[in-house]
Amino acid sequence: MQTTSDEILIAKIAKGDRLAMEALFARYRIPVFRFLQRMLRNEATAEDLNSDVFLNVWRQAGTFEGRSAVSTWIFAIARFKALNALQRRPTEELDEQKADTIADEADDPEVALAKKDKAAVLRQCLLKLSAEHREIVNLVYYQHKSVQDVAEIVGIPEATVKTRMFYARKKLSELLTEQGIERGWP
Amino acid sequence: MTTANNAKQREPSEIELLLPWYAAGTLDQDEMRRVEAALASDPELASRYEWVRAEFAQETAIGDAAGEPSPGDAQTLFAKIDALPARRHGQSANLSARIAEFLLSLSPRTLGWSAAAAALVILLQAGLLAGFVFQATNQGGYQTASAPTTAPGEGSYVLIRFQPQVSVADITNFLKTNKLSIVGGPAGGQLYKVRVASTKLAKADLARIVASLSLQNDKVIAFIAMTD
Repeated sequence: MQTTSDEILIAKIAKGDRLAMEALFARYRIPVFRFLQRMLRNEATAEDLNSDVFLNVWRQAGTFEGRSAVSTWIFAIARFKALNALQRRPTEELDEQKADTIADEADDPEVALAKKDKAAVLRQCLLKLSAEHREIVNLVYYQHKSVQDVAEIVGIPEATVKTRMFYARKKLSELLTEQGIERGWP
Repeated sequence: MTTANNAKQREPSEIELLLPWYAAGTLDQDEMRRVEAALASDPELASRYEWVRAEFAQETAIGDAAGEPSPGDAQTLFAKIDALPARRHGQSANLSARIAEFLLSLSPRTLGWSAAAAALVILLQAGLLAGFVFQATNQGGYQTASAPTTAPGEGSYVLIRFQPQVSVADITNFLKTNKLSIVGGPAGGQLYKVRVASTKLAKADLARIVASLSLQNDKVIAFIAMTD
């Protein structure tokens, strides 16, 4: 079982076992990196933070109590670092993001063509979600995290996880409506 | 009100809330069976589920398109690990790094819960409490009118960072009202160790106190978490 293996690796890492660290890093470096990139929309920052996440795993392995899965703990660390990075992000970068969003909405031929493709429009709308909504959508759909896992990672009750996901999807519906696709719900 | 508006404002059913997890295959057997039964008997729900599947597919495409970190990332990580002892024992660790280390030692739920407060940490200056700090650290524990000083190690404790704009009078009042006393601090990030009970409470009870203090005193408390 992978969960057991993770726990064993963490126990070894707590004792300073570098091979165990390499194994855990190999297992989670890509999913964590992709989660960070989804949150931050910046590859360089995501890669930087990715190693910071695992540096924290190395440093804090001895404090891991096993009350949640190792992967849940790692994603909670990644989320914390991503939120901090978003807080520190300079205004220019935010403006650039805003400009990107505006450009996405421009009715140039490329976008006009994309509008004919429901999947492409849906993808564009997913990219425009807020950090809070991006996070939960990615954790549920891409990282395959259960309701309980998301509750642990985000630090909210399970009922709130479900409603937050619903509101993320509701926002998605609104964005789709702006692009001329009316699905009427949620 | 139009039908469209009704649709937008309606409350989702429990089954509908579970559809994203059903699409991702992360429901338990019982929930999965309930969703499958509902989808089989409700064509409208089944049509909504098609959108969930489309979202799932597109989010997967976005994730996969993110690529991978560069091949040298392991070397980068281990270079950071190798540099760690010097950094940990050095005097140059900055405030945010020390606070981050503290926060990351918390459980995932506590960590997640405190993320918003943690973000504030980076920005806040805590000079306002300087006089207060002096009082706390030089008397071996701040003493309120209602609660005598107790040596750290007895009772139940939380870590608190006060809002930067709050006055010392407000803090004193907060401590008195809630029968709390500061027994230590400030540690990195202006975190104070505060005694909330003279006996060792169960973790669940202490968690309830933390939640209650946090909810009712958000103008005074910027951060609060359980501690030993």
